[in-house]
Amino acid sequence: MSTTNFTRRGLMKTGAATGAGFALPTIFTSAASAFTNEPTGDTVTFGFNVPQTGPYAEEGLDELRAQELAVEHINGMGDGGMLNTFSSKALDGTGLLGKKVNFVTGDTQTKSDAARASARSMIEKDGVVMINGGSSSGVAVAVQGLCQEAGIIFMAGLTHSNDTTGKDRKANGFRHFFNAYMSGAALAPVLKNAYGTDRRAYHLTADYTWGWTQQESIQSATEALGWETVNNVLTPVGAGDFSSYITPVLNSGADVLILNHYGGDMVNSLTQAVQFGLKDAQANGKDFEIIVPLYSELMAAGAGENIKGVYGSMNWNWQLSDEGTQAFVKSFGEKYGFPPSGSAHTCYVQTLLYADAVTRAGSFNPCAVVEALEDFEFDGMGNGPTLYRGADHQCFKDVLVMKGAENPTTQYDTLEIVEVTPVEQVTYAPDHPMFGGAEASLGECNPGA
Amino acid sequence: MKILGLSAKDTRFLLIVIFLTLATPILLQPFPEGSGLATFNAGYPDLMQRFAIFGIFAIGFNILFGLTGYLSFGHAAFLGVGSYTVVWMYKLLDYNVVWGLPLAVITSGIFALLIGFVSLRRSGIYFSILTLAFAQMSYNLAYSVLTPITNGETGLQVYSSDSQVLLGASEPTTPHFFGIVMRDNFWQPNFGGWQFTFNNGYYFTAIIAIIVFYISLRIFRSPFGLMLRAIKTNQTRLNYTGINTRPYTLAAFVISGMYAGLAGGLMAAMDPLAGAERMQWTASGEVVLMVILGGAGTLMGPILGAGFIKYFENIFSKINDQILQGWFSWMPDWLSGLLIEISHFFVGKSWHLTLGLLFMLVVIFLPGGLVEAGQRIARLFKKKPPENGGKGSDHHPQPAPHVAE
Repeated sequence: MSTTNFTRRGLMKTGAATGAGFALPTIFTSAASAFTNEPTGDTVTFGFNVPQTGPYAEEGLDELRAQELAVEHINGMGDGGMLNTFSSKALDGTGLLGKKVNFVTGDTQTKSDAARASARSMIEKDGVVMINGGSSSGVAVAVQGLCQEAGIIFMAGLTHSNDTTGKDRKANGFRHFFNAYMSGAALAPVLKNAYGTDRRAYHLTADYTWGWTQQESIQSATEALGWETVNNVLTPVGAGDFSSYITPVLNSGADVLILNHYGGDMVNSLTQAVQFGLKDAQANGKDFEIIVPLYSELMAAGAGENIKGVYGSMNWNWQLSDEGTQAFVKSFGEKYGFPPSGSAHTCYVQTLLYADAVTRAGSFNPCAVVEALEDFEFDGMGNGPTLYRGADHQCFKDVLVMKGAENPTTQYDTLEIVEVTPVEQVTYAPDHPMFGGAEASLGECNPGA
Repeated sequence: MKILGLSAKDTRFLLIVIFLTLATPILLQPFPEGSGLATFNAGYPDLMQRFAIFGIFAIGFNILFGLTGYLSFGHAAFLGVGSYTVVWMYKLLDYNVVWGLPLAVITSGIFALLIGFVSLRRSGIYFSILTLAFAQMSYNLAYSVLTPITNGETGLQVYSSDSQVLLGASEPTTPHFFGIVMRDNFWQPNFGGWQFTFNNGYYFTAIIAIIVFYISLRIFRSPFGLMLRAIKTNQTRLNYTGINTRPYTLAAFVISGMYAGLAGGLMAAMDPLAGAERMQWTASGEVVLMVILGGAGTLMGPILGAGFIKYFENIFSKINDQILQGWFSWMPDWLSGLLIEISHFFVGKSWHLTLGLLFMLVVIFLPGGLVEAGQRIARLFKKKPPENGGKGSDHHPQPAPHVAE
């Protein structure tokens, strides 16, 4: 340091002046509104935050189509879709509380950081009152936490981990999609009928939180049947090649392989397991079987022939025959030319449920909306009678057990419905140990501002 | 005028940077609310904070890459370490960022020392691969094995059951600096349709960014900086003259690692969550892109590059067909349909494509990055084109060196 004319006194003076300068404008700040992003004009904005690039982009884009459709129906355009079959008749196709619904979209890139950045820009720049979307549980948990802090409502999209409404549950967050525990509970009886009670299972599990919670759920459900768990091997996410994990399976003494994988990983691991001849193999005097606990249409399409006869579970499928499903499939099909996926359905329903709750509450205030949604019972949304449980903000409804179709006729019916597991069978206590136990709490609803 | 040991020219430069940084909330809101171009406004707190934070990250990376020419592909690991440190301090002590930030700098410095000590035994491509390997290792550890510390894919966050021993009864429950809550805005004026947001968190990061920019300016002008440049120019020759270059490169590596740790810590200070994907190789690659795009080895370049990439990521990715329709609706149907079809490939989910094209154009036609573009424009307006090494040129790259050197 050579010449400097900065003195300590000078620095302090400048500092004080700067501080005063910064503090001064606060006196002009007008009184804040009652809650974050209170809509003042004749429109209200929703934020649709989905992966448009990255491994779950296909799911994300389908979600976006459904969300756009939901906004059309709320604003009274199109044929109204599920509004005609929804048991609550509060929505009349004239927008929300006299305001027209707009939406903004963002790209989560299936990364928590990018998802939060995009969600924050929606909240801070576009003034949204609700964010819907998020494929992958890590992203959903991250965005849910953000919405809780900012004081707006989060309606989760495709997220299957127990944690979203388990240990990471939040008062401002709601999940319509089912979870890993429900998959296990729904699959178990079907597996018992199909494969008996004397089986030895080998798990390959995606090595992160969702994989672990699913593996834990399936293991406890199958062990309750009397099955034995031979081994659980954790595989890196996005491994691509699973052959080194599949080779030891045949000689392990197991006769069932359970693939706790999702997306491209599941397509690869299942295809390789079939190539290794596991499906035609015999072990312990029984036919060797493969199970994929969480199915999606896109995975089924990716795995092609290989999924024939493989069991799994789903939240919803377009082949259901109830009125709500038919109305939704019709308006989606007319607009886009193909049937909607399960992730599209859950986002569509979540958007309508939020809009309905706002109308019933008569306010956009998040706390009023939370109150309207908690313990809300509804029907006509494709899943039969459904309860939004107040204790953990999880929807309770029937779960579908699916099987790879033996003779698919088009590329959209590669899965067939085996059984609709009734809701009683998949219900659990809010303080279940797999869901954070007694410690997990929603906290207080936060209206922000 | 000379202050803080800077030459008159550098003082002027620093003052310009300070002005630009402090006026960011106004400069980034050029369009009034409600107009069709309001989509391009970037003056909201989250993005401004990101500009400052990634500016710090890139300034630090430039000390290593711009001066010594060592291309590290693993700097995201330090970013992640910084974030995890700060969130852990929230969990253990309280939400005041004053505990976490210095510790983030220290832990990432220690990490950089360990990784640098091993990686710097090699140079060139081998060095890049080693750093990449270390960063991927950290990422995979954080994603699965170290889940008890990092909370894996879900990301580390604060739960109400955490100890938080220093948490006072009336203390804010979001990150703050002695009661100044990062998330709050201290002034939100509205001048005839123009909406400006002055955010606590932004000014906190902005002031830190100015301080670390000043430090990097001093490093660039110091004998130590000269030695780093000498390493870039001809390391073998230095070795022949009997100089051991390893301590210099290691020091540069650790300093840039500490910058990255500070940036990571600030990310957690603005938004109390730390995720493993912050350490992924794509994040390391991103900072390399920022520095090259802006102009490696220049003082201003990395900041420009960081702003450029973050702007695309956050603004262009949000333009959807609905917004496009709004812009082109006044045109005849066939024309607007055509324009929407074409622009569809460059916005929304295809923002990577636009960024990639621009990156290619910059690297091919402006090897010195955005700074070179500014320089060329400035030259157009000057009466006498300056000779090589003219006024202000040492803020800017010397014409020749290729970016990958």
